Amino acid sequence: MLQRIRAAPPRYWLVVIAVLFFAGFPTVISSFQAAQWANALILVIAIMGLNILVGYSGQLSLGHGAFMALGAYTSAILAHRYKMDYLLTVPIAGLLTGLVGFLFGVPALRLSALYLALATFALAVVTPSLIKRPVALTNGVNGIILLPPDPPQFAKDAFSAVTGTVMTSEQWTYYVTFAWALLLFWLAWNLVRHRSGRAMRALRDGEVAAAASGVNIAGYKMLAFGISALYAGIAGSLFGMSSGFVSPDSFPVGLSIQLLVGAVIGGLASIPGPLAGGIFAYFLPIESNQWVPAQTWIPTQIASTVEKAGPAVTYGAILILIMIFAPNGIVGLVTSGYERLRRRLRGAADRETGQAPPDPQTV
Amino acid sequence: MALLEIRELSVRFGGVVALDRVSFSVDAGEVVALIGPNGAGKTTLFNVITRVYKPSSGSVLIDGEPVSRVSPHHVVRHGLARTFQNLALFRSMSVLENVLVGDHIRTRSGWLESTIPMPGAMRAESAARKRAMEMIDFVGLGAAATRPIAALPFGTQKRVELARALVSKPRILLLDEPAGGISHEEVDAMAQLLRRIHDQLDVTMLLVEHHMAFVMGISDRVVVLDFGKKIAEGKPGEVQRNPAVIEAYLGAA
Ligand SMILES: Nc1ncnc2c1ncn2[C@@H]1O[C@H](COP(=O)(O)OP(=O)(O)OP(=O)(O)O)[C@@H](O)[C@H]1O
Ligand SMILES: [Mg+2]
Repeated sequence: MLQRIRAAPPRYWLVVIAVLFFAGFPTVISSFQAAQWANALILVIAIMGLNILVGYSGQLSLGHGAFMALGAYTSAILAHRYKMDYLLTVPIAGLLTGLVGFLFGVPALRLSALYLALATFALAVVTPSLIKRPVALTNGVNGIILLPPDPPQFAKDAFSAVTGTVMTSEQWTYYVTFAWALLLFWLAWNLVRHRSGRAMRALRDGEVAAAASGVNIAGYKMLAFGISALYAGIAGSLFGMSSGFVSPDSFPVGLSIQLLVGAVIGGLASIPGPLAGGIFAYFLPIESNQWVPAQTWIPTQIASTVEKAGPAVTYGAILILIMIFAPNGIVGLVTSGYERLRRRLRGAADRETGQAPPDPQTV
Repeated sequence: MALLEIRELSVRFGGVVALDRVSFSVDAGEVVALIGPNGAGKTTLFNVITRVYKPSSGSVLIDGEPVSRVSPHHVVRHGLARTFQNLALFRSMSVLENVLVGDHIRTRSGWLESTIPMPGAMRAESAARKRAMEMIDFVGLGAAATRPIAALPFGTQKRVELARALVSKPRILLLDEPAGGISHEEVDAMAQLLRRIHDQLDVTMLLVEHHMAFVMGISDRVVVLDFGKKIAEGKPGEVQRNPAVIEAYLGAA
């Protein structure tokens, strides 16, 4: 056992460190910050789902905000109208959204990449008005106000034992989100490494060869849509819990774009990618809006323009920079940096022992 | 009964008649070569057999069962696997993962079982890995199993494609120019490998090849296509002396 722990590759240690960090974090930050981080993790979950679709199965969606909306409203309606325990509504919202996503995958099969992008974008555009229509169900433009969640006794006890303070509903929401994020990351990690995940990656790399190997192209494309919508549905449901309020304006087109930008910035077809991408996509607009005006060296005119234009400008600029300098996102940047460092260190060791490094081209 | 039978197969692309009422069959245990000048329709025939293209008319039978209507991903379930003229490997994957995709039809675990993950699916996964490794060893790439495809030389990639096709346990293998684009020594090694596949794994073969010495050395029978029509069929020696074949090749040259 001890030997196995010692032999574990560095990425397992990274996982352990990250989990401990996210578990301990809210005990040292304010309740307000915990709420922010809960929202960041919600984006992370949605981006993880989008990553399964875009990164692993190679299909584009510019409308994943719509699936978040469906998840959020499913939970809000179940909790508000049918007085269901909100925590119970989360998996229901996920499954329902997943099913709808799976079915959305059917017409998506007939569309080429460009038209799929347009169709999903259209979905994101019409979502707010679609929500407003059935007023009896969704309460129209007024939205649905939800009760702030009350942390259960065991959580309160544990939290006050560690911090000496009373757990707020924001902190509880954070831990619920964190637990879902852990579960969903673990599931995604299992999915992509095994038969079905391989089939998705195979059809992304080449449909003809994948089909010749027996991969049902249509089936796996729909599956990717379904799983990815399931993630978005759960994220949307958690979003309702964290904001205490859902309305048509909670799900603008910009949300879908934010998800896609997060997926690309973090690194497509990577498991840690959505974590980096989600945190980035959440805090970037907040921070840049504060950071830019605070810089004295930036001319006031530019600063105020950036401030007015809001996150869209910074997003665009960052996205362009990432595409030029880090086509594989933050994770790609870090892993290639790590590889380069390791090669250099190994090269140094080889010079000492006088051994040549193995030629990577000989097979 | 023939293992693979092509019956009166025609394919048109707009005005181009790529295949014109082609018929022939391959018996179990045979190695049949399909030759013909560039653009004769050889790759098109493979693509019709594997359902990449729909035929305009005619049919394809594997072991007496018509497969002209099955979905593309069902063809391999009838025991027919293929390789591609211009390599169609999964570029983002390692050698092992590529071969594991080839094993897709031999495991049935669904997505939920491997995502949860259920013990049965995990056992199936390790069994699949074992089969894939055996096949990688068989084509002589044991040392390269975990290497990413993109880092491997062309000749090595061709062997990966072979392993990916073979791991599905096909009864018949379609090879599109197995000796194309590789060096002299590699051509000999490839011929030996195909022999071993035929003898040890008991696989019937239909292969397209331009390398004549290779074709003559390995095949029991040769089918010649020219402008989508079958112009000759017979033993390698006979076909080589056939005036129509000589004419087709000289005409094309
Ligand atoms: N998808 C397609 N659309 C239109 N025409 C096609 C298509 N595929 C093949 N063709 C045409 O069909 C004919 C046969 O092509 P094919 O690729 O089958 O030849 P081939 O015998 O494999 O030649 P080579 O030895 O060069 O590989 C050619 O005229 C080609 O241009
Ligand atoms: Mg060809």
